[in-house]
Amino acid sequence: MPTFVYMTRCDGCGQCVDICPSDIMHIDKTLRRAYNIEPNMCWECYSCVKACPHHAIDVRGYADFAPLGHSVRVHRDEEKGTIAWRIKFRNGKKDMDLLAPITTKPWGTCIPQLSEVAAPSNEMRDSELLYNEPKYVRMDEGGLHTLKSNGLKLKAGVYY
Amino acid sequence: MAYKTIIEDDIDILVAGAGLGGTGAAFEARYWGKDKKIVIAEKANIDRSGAVAQGLYAINCYMGTRFGENNPEDHVRYARMDLMGMVREDLAFDMARHVDSAVHQFEEWGLPLMRNPKTGTYMREGRWQIMIHGESYKPIVAEAAKKSADKVFNRICVTHLLMDDAKANRVAGAVGFNVRTGNYHVFKSKTVICGAGGASNIFKPRSVGEGAGRVWYAPWSSGSAYGLMIEAGAKMTQMENRIVLARFKDGYGPVGAYFLHLKTYTQNCLGEEYESKWFPALTEMVGKEYLDTEGQHLSHKPIPTCLRNHAFISEVNAGRGPIHMVTMEAFQDPHLEEIGWHNFLGMTVGQAVLWAATDVDPKYENPELTTSEPYVMGSHATGCGAWCSGPEDVSPEEYFWGYNRMTTVEGLFGAGDAVGGTPHAFSSGSFTEGRLAAKAACKYIDDGKAEGIRVSEEQISNLKDKIYKPLETYKVYSNEVVAGTVNPNFINPRQGLDRLQKMMDEYCGGFGVNYMTNEKLLQIGLKKMKTFGEDLEMIAASDIHELLRAWELKHRYLTSESVFQHTLFRKETRWPGYYYRGDAMKLDDENWHVLTVSHRDRNTGEYTMEKAPLYHLVGDE
Repeated sequence: MPTFVYMTRCDGCGQCVDICPSDIMHIDKTLRRAYNIEPNMCWECYSCVKACPHHAIDVRGYADFAPLGHSVRVHRDEEKGTIAWRIKFRNGKKDMDLLAPITTKPWGTCIPQLSEVAAPSNEMRDSELLYNEPKYVRMDEGGLHTLKSNGLKLKAGVYY
Repeated sequence: MAYKTIIEDDIDILVAGAGLGGTGAAFEARYWGKDKKIVIAEKANIDRSGAVAQGLYAINCYMGTRFGENNPEDHVRYARMDLMGMVREDLAFDMARHVDSAVHQFEEWGLPLMRNPKTGTYMREGRWQIMIHGESYKPIVAEAAKKSADKVFNRICVTHLLMDDAKANRVAGAVGFNVRTGNYHVFKSKTVICGAGGASNIFKPRSVGEGAGRVWYAPWSSGSAYGLMIEAGAKMTQMENRIVLARFKDGYGPVGAYFLHLKTYTQNCLGEEYESKWFPALTEMVGKEYLDTEGQHLSHKPIPTCLRNHAFISEVNAGRGPIHMVTMEAFQDPHLEEIGWHNFLGMTVGQAVLWAATDVDPKYENPELTTSEPYVMGSHATGCGAWCSGPEDVSPEEYFWGYNRMTTVEGLFGAGDAVGGTPHAFSSGSFTEGRLAAKAACKYIDDGKAEGIRVSEEQISNLKDKIYKPLETYKVYSNEVVAGTVNPNFINPRQGLDRLQKMMDEYCGGFGVNYMTNEKLLQIGLKKMKTFGEDLEMIAASDIHELLRAWELKHRYLTSESVFQHTLFRKETRWPGYYYRGDAMKLDDENWHVLTVSHRDRNTGEYTMEKAPLYHLVGDE
């Protein structure tokens, strides 16, 4: 639901501007703080809310169907590898804390640099295999599935 | 014009749009092209772009071949059944036989995949779906793409593909503008892998006013995959096959985990099961082959998505709405309740916001469902997209022209929403398609197919003029009126979008007409689209942000025109519940057990339609 920015918390750092997938978080040139320039193109994806170092961005449900008085807040921590949510209902009867992992590895350390991996052989180039296959598909010695290996053919027309 | 022209030359592989498809392409391209120049051009920031920007709570396409769970052909049969037969089974088989290796790599990279503590296999939500903590799915795969790419250009709205001036029908790169600086960017490239997205917001959404961004598919999915490729003259397939989703009302929160994992179910306002009572009439419409409810009961085959929609729509029309999701039973289990909420927070936070705002606690109240406005895309339970070559070892000759996932434009490849006829790829399958396209693109270059490409200065400067024209239009005409947005000479992008959505809704089968259309309506719609296309030449943008919206709208327009043409061509109702051809209310296998293929002439804009044969995987007895 559309985001808004608290005047006293925003320092105009632009992290939200940098991350917003919809290009709707912009810096107001007079106030030098961020704001949502196009609420009706906001997907409430929370990318900016998560990226804001000051928790200056929040969400107020769409005016055309969401009543006031609720809150869904979030804190995402790449170092800890977690995301923490707090949901508060309008009537105050429900107040939930939820925690989920965002990664199982130290952030950004376990992705291979493919330029440093041994180059594929010509035989592999001519095959249907992709990087790390077939072993990443199956653990036995078998190869990639083909029509032949699976006893199949393609036939034109209805199949029934 | 004050904007600079910035040329990036000698690119081997240009990835245009880096969602899951594009990131897969950029990552894999480095392995097959160690010394190749790989460049990404992305409208937003690849850390949070595409349909998975927000995260996902499940990977919906995983075979589990490693654990003996499924073979690729099982998934093909499932997709075929769900899409009423209309699948490019060569492409689907190819995706399915590779998809597990993508998922296993995601786990190594740190994506938290849930495990079944008893069996050690991944936690299944359904036969094809596994559960993940995927808040950071996109940043993780983006990291992989960044490691492989030579350069990543964020915030470039790619507006057009460049075409070779030396050889007809061969791609030569792409152009666009930076949505921050406004600068004109030219990417000269031997190949282009189109990883851009499908289309939200082309049909009038149910939400109004401020809520217009609350669409099921991301509002930044502007149909650019189709806009770019159609304009370049690539053939498209199955563009009539738009999708309608049954989702939680207003927030469009996902229902997959609710149905499959939490075992919630739907009922009408009287608390009755309603689906099965529509089955006899439905069987009349689509035939026993597509809805054999007795057989389905025995074989536990799922009911096709569109047919379940049909039951939903019919029940509401019969006056027994709303349809509720019965959550009150499952949510008594605190563990399942937590999963229910996490499911939203991981991929559709807005649904959690809405329930908090309306005090809907699914533990004590069964939430309402709705059927959405239609969407045009190619990776969910629908298969719109470009007509692409399949893999050499699988495809019959009508489906094969040299390079896997290459469109009918030489050197132009597709991944994800861009590829037609491959439904049920979802995130992992789109990433896999990107990998397949990357390998094929490297081979295309190594085979010498991209030699001698020439891009004239004229083409580059013509496109520059074209791109900035909406800014010029604004400058020239805006002072003719005192103030405000009403001007007799132009429309702005929002006004244009509203007009497009109204046309699509009323003439092409949107929710406002209960998904109904017919030949007459489609022809009127196409006539209106033609004048709209003329008016789009007079679209005005007051700043660079509006220029972005103007070009998104042009891509949406080209997508919509194609949807109109395909819907007109297929004279049957193949997917009741997605849309209805009122003048041909039955599924017609005698004439329409085929894939629809369109071609829009680059120069004249004229459409030609053809039927392509439909092949199915069968036992090789």
